[in-house]
Amino acid sequence: MTNRTLSYLWTLLFLAMAVILSIAIGAVFIPPADLWRILTGSLSGTTLSEPLKTFAFIIVSIRLPRTVLILLTGAALSGSGAAYQGLFRNPLADPYLIGVASGAGLGAVLAMSVQWPYTFWGLMAVPAASFVGALLTVFLVYALARVGKAVPTTNLILAGVAFSSFATALTSFFMLRSTGELRRAISWLLGGASQAGWGPVLTILPYLAIGLGILLLSGHTLNLLQFGDDQAQQMGLDVTRRRALILIAASLATAAAVSFSGIIGFVGLIVPHVMRLWFGADYRRLVPLSIISGAGALLVADVIARSALSPQELPLGIVTALVGAPFFLWVLRRAKNQGFW
Amino acid sequence: MLKLEALTVSYGPRHVLNDISLEVNSGEVLALIGPNGAGKSTLVRAVSGVIPIQNGRVSSGDADLLAQTTMQRARSLAVVPQAVSIPPAFTVWETVLMGRTPYLNFLGQVSAKDEEITRLALTRVDALDLAERRVGELSGGEQQRVLLARALAQSTPILLLDEPTSNLDLHYQVSFMETVSSLAHRDNLAVLVALHDLNLAARYSDRVALLVDGRIKAAGTPRQVLTPELISSVYHLPVQVIPHPFADVPLVLPGKGPPRA
Repeated sequence: MTNRTLSYLWTLLFLAMAVILSIAIGAVFIPPADLWRILTGSLSGTTLSEPLKTFAFIIVSIRLPRTVLILLTGAALSGSGAAYQGLFRNPLADPYLIGVASGAGLGAVLAMSVQWPYTFWGLMAVPAASFVGALLTVFLVYALARVGKAVPTTNLILAGVAFSSFATALTSFFMLRSTGELRRAISWLLGGASQAGWGPVLTILPYLAIGLGILLLSGHTLNLLQFGDDQAQQMGLDVTRRRALILIAASLATAAAVSFSGIIGFVGLIVPHVMRLWFGADYRRLVPLSIISGAGALLVADVIARSALSPQELPLGIVTALVGAPFFLWVLRRAKNQGFW
Repeated sequence: MLKLEALTVSYGPRHVLNDISLEVNSGEVLALIGPNGAGKSTLVRAVSGVIPIQNGRVSSGDADLLAQTTMQRARSLAVVPQAVSIPPAFTVWETVLMGRTPYLNFLGQVSAKDEEITRLALTRVDALDLAERRVGELSGGEQQRVLLARALAQSTPILLLDEPTSNLDLHYQVSFMETVSSLAHRDNLAVLVALHDLNLAARYSDRVALLVDGRIKAAGTPRQVLTPELISSVYHLPVQVIPHPFADVPLVLPGKGPPRA
């Protein structure tokens, strides 16, 4: 078996185990054997016994939507993290670097400072605002960084970092001033899929499919960009246009993820790095592997967030940082002197 | 062949290149020499379409290269940059295969023909045995050969090289320039190479163009351009030019000559 097949096999196995764990663990533990019985039972149409029926209800209406939402969020953050790192040729790049996430946060907090009616559209206002905030940020930062027709990478990062600080300050300001759903805003900002049901999943799915779909097809472009703008262009790549396409796709995915799950750091930074260390720097493989493993990693973090201090639930962003950072440092120590960047 | 007509490039109000006209024929090496800051790298970037030009025309036969799309141009003209800051994690094979980009689709899917051309390009620069190595593990001389192979994989009639020898030791300088010379003379490419080293230029080029402050100050055979008067005035340094001991080219030596007794 080739290395390539093996790398996909490992990451898919990891994701499958994370999904099972995420469905099984919670306020009520559902043994994997029962999971299997429910799955085969529902597929073959046989009636389930009474306790299994309860489990099935919990799974379909609570666990599964949350699992899918977290899975998509992890996939989006990690996939766009890999893309941003390739795009900017910067190991520190992640969805936060160019201000996309902060812009989304600002949009969301602005929306939360208004008292929305408790209806479907009221619930939708916050994610919609964060989505708009993220996309406006991309265009603003891109316009600020532009010199003539070109958009130098350094300018983009500087404009992103500057705007990010500005947006974060504004966010803090509005949170201090706001009287309404402050608690909700704080818990959202720390990261946590507080909204249940299939609504959020269905809302972000189209954006994610487009965003991640484009990223999955952009491996070759990202490979060429590793040589720098000049060389990529001399090898025949239309750098400005292709880079804008990847930037928008990655931001679309990020905004979709941030809009429901809040600010979850580290996944977009760490997962692509670990994938690069283990499986190499070819973006045609790095992007899909990051998407798969990012989904798995965030699911594991979510399981820890739900069960570590049960029944209290920890914000997901805290878990990813507390668990992710030491794990990353451990991987980095073991791989030192490889010069993978 | 490559033809530059009245090429002018400016950064703001300052002309970096001023009214440059040059011709590089197929089967010929033209060395572009000149002091630091004369505009050698700018010329390579402008001709390859990376920076915009204010005036002039770059053509190959009937084709106006700068009016073409990036992809079309990359089928006519390939650039060998200096081997600094190239991504270390790709293998040599992956790196050279990326030279096929102008012939590939959006996804970069390669055919057996692309792989065959990649193999030939690596063989041509004597680097086929490096194929599976990572670029970061290679020496500077090996990396420079890999970049040459990547340019050859673009299968272009025109080759531009931007000071390819400046980070190489003596052995690699000579063997690299010998390969470049044979690419022009045996494979009939039009080669324009920016060089620091006047004696490498004298030894391995058919013609030399001297670029000073963004203008072509002189162009011709090495013997015509590398005169003590011209080189002394341009480099602000007294030089002697003597016949090469075994090749029919001039040899430039800095200094005033032996002290008179």
